[in-house]
Amino acid sequence: MSANALEPLHLTVVSAGLSVPSSTRLLADRLTESVREQLADAGREVEVQVVELRDLAADIANNLVTGFPSPTLAKAIDAVTSADGLIAVTPVFTASYSGLFKSFFDVIDNDALTAKAVLAAATGGTARHSLALEHALRPLFAYLRAIVVPTAVYAASEDWGGNGDPLTDTLPRRIARAGGELAELMRGRTGSAARPADEAAVVPFAQQLDSLRPA
Amino acid sequence: MQFGIFSIGDVTADPATGRTRSEHERLKSMVAAAVKAEEVGFDVFATGEHHNPPFVSSSPTTLLSHVAARTDRIILSTSTTLITTNDPVKVAEDYAVLQHLADGRVDLMMGRGNTGPVYPWFGKDVRQGIPLAIENYALLHQLWRDDVVDWEGRFRTPLQGFTSTPRPLDGVPPFVWHGSVRSPEIAEQAAYYGDGFFVNNLFGPMSHFTKLINLYRERYAHYGHGTPEQAIVGAGGHVFVRRNSQDAVREYRPYFAASPVYGGGPSIEQYMAQTSLTVGSPQEIIDKTLSFRDHFGDYQRQLFNIDMAGLPLKTVLEQLDLLGEEVLPALRKEFDAVRPSSVAEAPTHASLLARRGAQPDTQSEEAGK
Repeated sequence: MSANALEPLHLTVVSAGLSVPSSTRLLADRLTESVREQLADAGREVEVQVVELRDLAADIANNLVTGFPSPTLAKAIDAVTSADGLIAVTPVFTASYSGLFKSFFDVIDNDALTAKAVLAAATGGTARHSLALEHALRPLFAYLRAIVVPTAVYAASEDWGGNGDPLTDTLPRRIARAGGELAELMRGRTGSAARPADEAAVVPFAQQLDSLRPA
Repeated sequence: MQFGIFSIGDVTADPATGRTRSEHERLKSMVAAAVKAEEVGFDVFATGEHHNPPFVSSSPTTLLSHVAARTDRIILSTSTTLITTNDPVKVAEDYAVLQHLADGRVDLMMGRGNTGPVYPWFGKDVRQGIPLAIENYALLHQLWRDDVVDWEGRFRTPLQGFTSTPRPLDGVPPFVWHGSVRSPEIAEQAAYYGDGFFVNNLFGPMSHFTKLINLYRERYAHYGHGTPEQAIVGAGGHVFVRRNSQDAVREYRPYFAASPVYGGGPSIEQYMAQTSLTVGSPQEIIDKTLSFRDHFGDYQRQLFNIDMAGLPLKTVLEQLDLLGEEVLPALRKEFDAVRPSSVAEAPTHASLLARRGAQPDTQSEEAGK
C-alpha cells in the first residue's frame, strides 16, 4: 500500500480535568503532541479530536438517568468509539479515576471499545497515587477489551518542575515512550476508522428456535 | 387506525397533594379509566403486568375480565404479558377464557419484563430471557392452534396429549403483538409469525425505536407475510393535555419531577424534544403524534400512557375527555388521509374470522340444529 493511499488517522483525546487551566489537559496535550510527532515520523497524518468531559458533565449525568445520550454527548461517544486511537486522561480522585471519567465510560456500550488502542494517563497532587493507573484504569480498559499500551503516564505536581535528579525527572521520557507505543499501534491502521456495526446482526428465527430443541 | 390507552398500574404518591392512593383505589381507578376510554371513543385498553410494589397489575386477566363486563366495544389488551416467567399453558387458558367472556374483544402483547428479580421469584433464570420468550411463545402459539399437543422443551415439563381449554373463540386465537425496547431477536420473532410488533416509544429517542421497527418490517416481508409497509406496527406515547400548553406544563411539572422514570434527569422540555413525551394543548398532542409516522411509517395502533406518576383519577378522566373530544377525531382523520389502502388495519377477532372464512361457533351450533 502506498503512503498516499492512506487517509489521516483519527486520534481522540478524553480529558477529565475539571479546572481551567487543567494539568490533566496539559498532560493530554503533551501526550497528543508526542503521538502526532511520532506518527509524522512514520509518514502518517493524524486528526485530533479532544473531548473535555467537564463540558459534558450534565449530559453524562442525564444519560445515566435516562439511558440515552443527548445529541452532544452522542457525538463525543462517537468520536471515541470510531477513533483509531484513544488517549484517556483523568485526575486521581479518592485513590482512583474521577467519577466523571468513569461515568463517561459507563455510558458507552460495553463492546464499543473492543480492540481500541488506548493510552491511559493520570494526574495528581502527589506521586503516591501513581499506581491508580494500574489498579483502576488498566482493569477498566481490560474489561472493555481495549488494548492499553504498556506505558501508562502519571504526572504528579512535582513532575511539572524538576529537581535536577535524572532518576526522578522522567516525565518527558515517559510521555515520549507512551506516545511511541500508541503511535506504533495506530500506524498499521488504514485510517478509515473502524466504526462499530450499528445494526445487530439478526439470528434467523428458525435457528433461534432450533437451538432450544432438546438434544 | 386503533387508538388506546395503556397503564402500568403504579401506586405513586400524588406530588401535588402528598397523598398515596390505596391499592384498592388504584385498581378501581384503572377500571374507571378503561370504561371512560370506551365512552370517549378509544379502541383499546391495555394493562401492564408487574409482580412487585408499587404496582397493582399482577393479574391482568382478572382486571380485563372485569373491564369486559363493564364495556361493550373496547379491545382489551396487555402491555405486556410476561411470556418469560408465566407458564405458557396458563397464559393459553387464561386468555382463552377472557376471549370467550369478552366475545373476542381480546388481543395481547408479549414482553420479557423489565424487573430482574421476577425471574428468580418465578423460578426462572434472567440470563435466559430471550430463549424463554422464544420457547414459551412457540408453545403458546401451538396450544391455541393444535387441539392435541405433544410437546417437549427446555424450560417446562413435557406435555403428552394435552388439550388447552377452552379452545379459542370460533377457533381463532387472539391476535398477538410482541413488545420490545431493545431486542432485535423479538422483532425477528414477531416477523417470523406474522404477528404485530409494538414499541413502547417511552423514555427514549424515537430514532432508537425506528431501528427495531425497520428490522421487523424487513423480516416480516422476508417471511412472506406481505410488504414491509404492510407489517403490523404499534407504538406508545406519553401525553398530558390541557386546553392550553402553559397550564399543561405548569400542572404536570411536579408529576414529571417526582416520576421515578423522568425525575432527576433532563427537563420536560429536553424530554419532549427527544422522546414521545408531549405535555401541552390538544393541537400539540395532535402534531407530535402525527410526527410518529415519520419515524415508524404507517402504523396500526397508537397507545397513550395518561395515568403514570400519581395523577389523580379526576385528572385522568379529564385527560380522556379532552383527548376524545379534540385529539382523536383529528388524529383519525389525518392518519387515514395519508395511509395507502394497501396498508390494512390491525387484526381484530372479526377480521381474523373473516380472513379465515371460518364460521362463528354460535352460528355453527345453530346450523347444526
